[in-house]
Amino acid sequence: MKLIEQPALDRLLEALVARGYRLVGPTIADGAIVYEEIRSTADLPAGWTDEQEAGTYRLSRRDDDALFGYAVGPQSWKRLLHPPSVTLFRARRNGEAELELVDDTEEPEPMAFIGVRSCDLHAIAKLDRVFLGGRFVNPEYEARRGRVFVVAVNCGVAASTCFCVSMGTGPRASFGYDIALTEVLEDGRRHYLAEAGTERGKELLHGLPGREATVGEVEGGERVVERTAESMGRHLDTEGLPELLAESRDHPRWDEVAERCLTCGNCTMVCPTCFCTTVEDVTDLTGTEAERRQVWDSCFTLDFSYLHGGGVRSSPRGRYRHWLTHKLGTWHDQFGSSGCVGCGRCIAWCPVGIDITEEAAALREEPK
Amino acid sequence: MAEAAPASLFFPTAYRIRRRRRETADTWTLELEPAAGGEVLRFAPGQFTMVYAFGAGEVPISISGDPERTDRLVHTIRVAGATTRAICSVKRGGVLGIRGPYGTAWPVERAEGGDLVIAAGGIGLAPLRPALYTALERRDAFRRVVLLYGGRSPDQLLYTSEVERWRAAGADVHVTVDRAGDQWRGPVGVVTTLLERADFDPATATALVCGPEVMMRFTAAGLVASGVPPQRVHLSLERNMKCALGQCGRCQFGPVFVCGDGPVFSYEAIEPLLAVPEL
Amino acid sequence: MRIRTIEALLVETRLFSDLAPHHLETIAGCAVTARFDEGEYVFREGGAADTFYVIRSGTVALETHVPGQGATRLMTLHDEDVLGWSWLFSPYRWHLDARALEPVRALAFDGACLREKSVEDHDLGYELMRRFAEVIVSRLQATRLQLLDVYHHDG
Repeated sequence: MKLIEQPALDRLLEALVARGYRLVGPTIADGAIVYEEIRSTADLPAGWTDEQEAGTYRLSRRDDDALFGYAVGPQSWKRLLHPPSVTLFRARRNGEAELELVDDTEEPEPMAFIGVRSCDLHAIAKLDRVFLGGRFVNPEYEARRGRVFVVAVNCGVAASTCFCVSMGTGPRASFGYDIALTEVLEDGRRHYLAEAGTERGKELLHGLPGREATVGEVEGGERVVERTAESMGRHLDTEGLPELLAESRDHPRWDEVAERCLTCGNCTMVCPTCFCTTVEDVTDLTGTEAERRQVWDSCFTLDFSYLHGGGVRSSPRGRYRHWLTHKLGTWHDQFGSSGCVGCGRCIAWCPVGIDITEEAAALREEPK
Repeated sequence: MAEAAPASLFFPTAYRIRRRRRETADTWTLELEPAAGGEVLRFAPGQFTMVYAFGAGEVPISISGDPERTDRLVHTIRVAGATTRAICSVKRGGVLGIRGPYGTAWPVERAEGGDLVIAAGGIGLAPLRPALYTALERRDAFRRVVLLYGGRSPDQLLYTSEVERWRAAGADVHVTVDRAGDQWRGPVGVVTTLLERADFDPATATALVCGPEVMMRFTAAGLVASGVPPQRVHLSLERNMKCALGQCGRCQFGPVFVCGDGPVFSYEAIEPLLAVPEL
Repeated sequence: MRIRTIEALLVETRLFSDLAPHHLETIAGCAVTARFDEGEYVFREGGAADTFYVIRSGTVALETHVPGQGATRLMTLHDEDVLGWSWLFSPYRWHLDARALEPVRALAFDGACLREKSVEDHDLGYELMRRFAEVIVSRLQATRLQLLDVYHHDG
């Protein structure tokens, strides 16, 4: 494990740019920490943290200048791997008799994800399972995913909405990264422990100024992660959850949550594993050129399950039940794991503060 | 500018309409072949393709032709919305986009040695016709081949000109309608009433059922009540689909994706799911 | 001789095949064979419902007269089907027309006679009620499915 300082991080970012990667990392925009293009560590939210609760997200100042002293914001890396709008193809026709498909999709540019949390590493792995590990390999996702360099960060802070420990997805990054960093703040000083997860990560680390970390320094890094693990804001009991959900389709809790749920779909937008889409077909005014686009959709829309004149899930109760049952239950049947990574985004960004951990616990209770 | 060969899973292949036949007021059967030449896709009975009408959209349509027939791809399509209206308005010589085939197949071969019962309601006969063709081509492999077909009214029945040919090929065909005027000389009543009248041995029968979901629930329950084991009753489900690849999430039915784990399911596997409203 | 022949026919029907012999004999005593020509009415709406039938061959249509539409066919009945249950319940009047669409052979049962016999022999009454309840349930299910008009789609 290497010990480096902030200037070395900038050298790392420069080296990635030199290798053709576009840097995407945490930065502040519109009062939130989002994942946007960055140029150097100067763009990172130094000295900021997030205060999160059900239906609440605020940024506030820390009393240090930590670069990664916050949890996760409204965006996730799915926005870059599985973009909100993708052109699938364009077509041209001359009358009804000719149909030409135009494939002018460009190769996606390589991206370096800076500051990926463990929960999001697991989320990316779950998207990999959906788009690469099923019956069909998704060519759009495959092209983007194959051009990504990952710099992960082990969390030094847990938000009150975090529950990665319950889901077995953190806070320590254990796979899926090229380089993993731990930010250590001790005695007014700040340094980074860096370890490589791949050959190319190792090669880049080797070129950075720094030295081998001492045993004590490594232990210091482990303590950071342990403290984070002990300060999880919430817990979700996953024991027997898929079976419980399969047997609870008539549980009265669904009626109760349906009274609160606005079916706004915020949860599906911020969730790093929600992947559902729809397709839009548009033509130009002359009707000779058409474009087919895949765009993000949400199971909370009425159209989502539209069949023969109406939605199959027309009530908010049916739609909420579908979302939660899929995320915590049937995802196991379909993809072999839970769909939830415990990032807590759905809790913070629900306008009425519906808490997935609370709902899961309530479903365990016998109906009165 | 060059015509793209479907390199991507999302690209339809252009198929030209060679023949277009109106079955009923709102249903057409189209015979298609690849616009750029080459082989027609091969499929198993029960599978579907995603049919694309330029600029209008793409919908899942069951293949309704004979799997042994390699010169044409056959689809029977009912106009139910903007996309199907656009598809059915394309004239002979016009081009549609086809992706597929997708989905699970009717287990016709599992019926061999016993009775094959095909129960169809309305447009549900279209996805079942390939199974019937397949069975009649190997007629001796089955004891009885029984077709029970129910439609809304005589003018909404499909493939009426083929019924006599099917009887001649060894199928026991019963057709009923929900309502009829005086001109109709046949049975009136829902398709489940045919279950009592048809001659088949439930203990050794395999049943393939397709039609509106309510019709399938009643018919499957009736088959099981008359003694057909639920694992030998098969249904074809339908759900909203945009990708047919198991990646848009829309066709989920509890734990299964209708586009890939189905559309053909055994009644034993999905009976509990069918009973859940808004699943 | 005639009664034994009727009994033999009764045993062949799905409706009565598993009846105890003494009940079979009683019912046979209230039954005769019947024939209807094509177009002939088996019974008419409003008429006295004192008979029920088991169709042996041919097709019978259940119809009702709708002003402006004429005779509207609700359902057809065929071999082995039971025709008529209004004989069981007061006011013992037919609710529909039943018309032979082709030559029909049937077993006709004296419902009024069987009603009286059931008062004396409750076991017989139970056997008849149970069988007819099944027939009525089956017809109700079919009618409900018909009512759902599942093949009808808007737009």
